[in-house]
Amino acid sequence: MSNNEKLRRIAVDPVSRVEGHGKITLLLDEANHVREARFHIVEFRGFEKFIQGRPYWEVPYFVQRLCGICPVSHHLAAAKAVDQLVGVDTLTPTATKLRQLLHFGQTLQSHALHFFHLSSPDLLFGFGSNLQHRNIVGVIEDYPDLALKGVRLRKYGQQVIEVIAGKRIHGAATVAGGMNKSLTLEERDRLLVDLNDVLGWAQDAVALNEKIHTEHPENHGFGRLNSNYLSMVGPRGELELYHGGLRANRADGSAIFDQFDYRGYFNAIREEVRSWSYMKFPYLTELGRDDGWYRVGPLARINNCNFITTPLAEAARQRFRAFADGGFVHDTLAYHWARMIEVLHCAESIRDLLLDRDIMGTELITTGEKREEGIGVIEAPRGTLFHHYKINEDGTIKKANLIVSTTSNNQAMNESVRSVANEYLDGHEITEGLLNHLEVAIRAYDPCLSCATHALGKMPLEIELIGAKGEMVDRVAKAASGTITRTR
Amino acid sequence: MSSINIDGTDVPFEPGQTIMDAALAAGVYIPHLCHKPGISPHGSCKLCTVDVNGRAVSACTMAAAEGQKIENNTPALNEVRKSITQMLFIEGNHLCPSCEKTGDCTLQAVGYHLGMLDGHYPQFYPRREVDASHPSLVLDRDRCIMCELCVRASREVDGKDVFAIGGRGTGRHLIVNSATGKLADSDITTDDLAAHICPVGAILIKDHGYEVPIGRRTFDLHSVAETDLGEVKLTKTRHHDE
Repeated sequence: MSNNEKLRRIAVDPVSRVEGHGKITLLLDEANHVREARFHIVEFRGFEKFIQGRPYWEVPYFVQRLCGICPVSHHLAAAKAVDQLVGVDTLTPTATKLRQLLHFGQTLQSHALHFFHLSSPDLLFGFGSNLQHRNIVGVIEDYPDLALKGVRLRKYGQQVIEVIAGKRIHGAATVAGGMNKSLTLEERDRLLVDLNDVLGWAQDAVALNEKIHTEHPENHGFGRLNSNYLSMVGPRGELELYHGGLRANRADGSAIFDQFDYRGYFNAIREEVRSWSYMKFPYLTELGRDDGWYRVGPLARINNCNFITTPLAEAARQRFRAFADGGFVHDTLAYHWARMIEVLHCAESIRDLLLDRDIMGTELITTGEKREEGIGVIEAPRGTLFHHYKINEDGTIKKANLIVSTTSNNQAMNESVRSVANEYLDGHEITEGLLNHLEVAIRAYDPCLSCATHALGKMPLEIELIGAKGEMVDRVAKAASGTITRTR
Repeated sequence: MSSINIDGTDVPFEPGQTIMDAALAAGVYIPHLCHKPGISPHGSCKLCTVDVNGRAVSACTMAAAEGQKIENNTPALNEVRKSITQMLFIEGNHLCPSCEKTGDCTLQAVGYHLGMLDGHYPQFYPRREVDASHPSLVLDRDRCIMCELCVRASREVDGKDVFAIGGRGTGRHLIVNSATGKLADSDITTDDLAAHICPVGAILIKDHGYEVPIGRRTFDLHSVAETDLGEVKLTKTRHHDE
């Protein structure tokens, strides 16, 4: 925490084209050096509290309302926890594959939305280009083919979700120990129709990202962080989005832990609360509070995995790693590249699952003996997502803890903001283009702020008035205790 | 046979029938929530309010009589019914998106039928107790609309006396007839009609939920205005065509 009495304050509010709302405050000293960067989360949700007392089987349906972008991830993470609550560790092959298919559809649409709709304007037009044009409408005008591919990719992912869950957003798919329907032949064939196009668009998206990175070496160091990485991997160390063990690596690729049973996640990860944000700061217990922060999401997953099970995505992964001479890629903007490799993996996996006989099977539900605790972890589009529930004897929720993907990237986003701010703002007049760089850095993480605000009982509120020249005119702060202070 | 006239159409009735009985037998839908054939009428939800010879009455309790000229499906009456439905929503905690009963809920279906687009009135957000003490049933008072179908089903069909309404005014709530007030200490079982008759999601079978996919729930396939729908909408678990 810095003493900010003499610091000049720059606020970017709101941060646009992320899911939810956020605010950045830069604390500058008198020489215009960035002392500290804070990415504030100004929303509050409270799901962990208000699902207490609700019947456990409702939970996947409650918590999917955390978000309209990746509700399926919350639905599935909670469903995995609920499976454990009813004593089911292994679903039927049909139920498992339906959930995987649902999750691939989800990841495909979320990634496509983020890259094409939210981030491609920055990458195609330049970070400091005309704001009026630097949006999806501008992309449609200048790159209609690309924009259309993005829209159709997302649409396809949503169609996969709709077939399984009945609706594109907030559907009904899982039940305790299984799924409520399988695919019909007609539904499967309908999804197969566009599949070759989808595979083509996904390959194009990977190629575009490779080009952005190889042709713009100036982006190489943009918000770059030599960080730790956390993700789930399969039993052979392969990229795995639905179920596996946890793997954490240091920036140099050395292992912190591997194949860690996520049901003991609370031993590996702790959360810190800071007074100025609703979002908590998780860290790896082994490395401690200062050094234990890590990154999750596509960049972490593609760095951490040994290989990808589908051939086109694996080839893309090898080109990705070759970019860093076989080591980990630490460029923050490489999140986009990794994200598109995953889109390709999703498309290939959807094809494989649709052609799998089990996907139309009728054995959907497994039963078991009820337990008091359930933990479900999944690789959501934005990273590792933890859902942890304890129930009372009567089946109502006693305690819930969610560590949402964006939360894990909290410290990393602050570090990236500080890195970019120091590089682009220090000692210069602040221009809109320069400020946009900060948003680009945050946007690379695809933060979902609506999901990530969980610091219950801590409700800081800060209102800042910034003059035309950037000087702070007024600042009113409400502390967690409710005390209101004013500084000028 | 004697007849009454509903919205310009003659509807026959037999002595002893209510306006609701006669209308349902003739396939004429009068919106209702607290009524179910085979259970004594109650007249509490007021959704079935019709205009009989210029006077507003509950169709489910008013005996049909020769010469009655009844207005039912009119914009004015449906507007009043919509307001009543909105009040039922805002008085409880009806979170349709996460409710197991969504798509099978008569309150929700009536809301759609009447063109209800919002709650209109300020939400009460009452604090109501969930009773999950019973091994196979859960009572979620958040969703109770005090229709007393469970109260009557328990007394009249099950031969028990499990439920009643206690309290007054906005403090009214469903109470359980047991020493502790808990469902676990009552003699209700899942074989009872009272366990399945709830038109909303206040009484549910435990450990089950969301088993009928979207697209195959009762009101995905049927309109609440289908007057022969009684058995389907009041039976939870599996849909009839599965």
